[in-house]
Amino acid sequence: MNLLRLRRCIGAALLALVAPFAAHAADLTVSAAASLTNAFKELGPAFEVQNPGTTVVFNFAASDALLAQIAKGAPVDVFASADQDAMDRADAQKLLAAGSRRNFVGNALVMIVPSDSALGLKTLADLQKAAVKRVAIGNPASVPVGRYTKASLEAATLWAAVEPKAVMAQSVRQALDYVARGEAEAGFVYATDAAIMKDKVKVVATVQTTSAITYPIAAVNASPNPGAARQFLDFVLTPAAQAVLARYGFGIP
Amino acid sequence: MDASVWITLALTLKVAGWATAINLVLGVAAGWLLARRRFIGRELVDAVLTLPLVLPPTVMGYYLLVVIGKRGWLGHWLQQSFGINLIFSWQGAVIAATIVAFPLVLKSARAAFESVDPQLEQAARVLGLNEWAVFFRVSVPMAWPGILAGTLLVFARSLGEFGATLMVAGSIPGRTQTLSIAVYEAVQAGQDDTANFLVAITSITCIAVLLAAGRLAPVGRVR
Repeated sequence: MNLLRLRRCIGAALLALVAPFAAHAADLTVSAAASLTNAFKELGPAFEVQNPGTTVVFNFAASDALLAQIAKGAPVDVFASADQDAMDRADAQKLLAAGSRRNFVGNALVMIVPSDSALGLKTLADLQKAAVKRVAIGNPASVPVGRYTKASLEAATLWAAVEPKAVMAQSVRQALDYVARGEAEAGFVYATDAAIMKDKVKVVATVQTTSAITYPIAAVNASPNPGAARQFLDFVLTPAAQAVLARYGFGIP
Repeated sequence: MDASVWITLALTLKVAGWATAINLVLGVAAGWLLARRRFIGRELVDAVLTLPLVLPPTVMGYYLLVVIGKRGWLGHWLQQSFGINLIFSWQGAVIAATIVAFPLVLKSARAAFESVDPQLEQAARVLGLNEWAVFFRVSVPMAWPGILAGTLLVFARSLGEFGATLMVAGSIPGRTQTLSIAVYEAVQAGQDDTANFLVAITSITCIAVLLAAGRLAPVGRVR
């Protein structure tokens, strides 16, 4: 007697399972560097208001991880990287829509310590102290902030001393978290990341980087939604979007 | 690259080996208690100890960070009293793997002890064996196939542990970077050559473990 109802239930459940896989033409997938997380989450709804019918989907991770996904054919429309290196490699693999690449924000590298740190660390050279057991840095092999950090420490001839203490984070946000929890005595993140956890971490130095920190953004060649991708690229350069980014501490490229 | 891969493999086996050894002792003890002792809240204890099997490894990782981290109550105490810091150490990886894999040996050991006929243990007592002797000369030998099967599952699970290990021990090449984490790192960095090599090594290791397991224990015959 309840068989029919049961069948209907199963049918509805199956439909509910399958429905999310149906292609959604108006989705715009933006793969963005982890450091952009908070600012982009605010920009997404603003873009949707200006472009009714388009839903922005964000995918945040370390830039190289995003690049690896795009290279393997992930359906991404826009790629925003935290350094030129990752974008150059995307370009070399012919993953970008020709002429779409542009720089849209700048950032700064800072050395942070837990806010209750009593070690009195002030400079890069202080990382050599024995009391500093762990230094959280992004993995230079896959995380741009790690590449900036490594280059700066190499320029200061401190890399050899710091490398044995390095805890390689999977993204800049993980490095931030390690320091905020006090598991690492110091770490390197962007100024914008440190600003998010002002109560838990303290910036002790702004680090001179060997190359300026600029974020490139580009449309992906295989974009399922190229029109919206172009609109998003234009959008992030509008004064309104730049104002939001500036509020999170991002500078002009 | 080659040398570092072998170091990673050795570290992975070391972590899995320790996690298995610890779990064998704890799992047999807890399995026996749950199977043979009546106490209030027994099933609740069983449920709590089985949690790591059901909870996402990231949840276990978070719990561990909160408890054994420098600011966790246990981690703080260890740091103050003994200068022990478990986060970002291979010992931390062992703890993560041990806890995540523990329910596998617990469940097997409990079922194995429950399948031992209590009359045999009673007969041993009547014949004058003390409780320790009954345990080691009757209960454990009779439950052994089940315990061994659970132990091998623990070893396999520990080899592949990823989520909790990454959160607790981080990814420090040569010190806490196990095979599964090294694979993840290589894929993240787009280093497909390294990833292919690591994946092949991991697969061969696991097949070798399974073959060895087949020889050691007739797993299929476990009741």
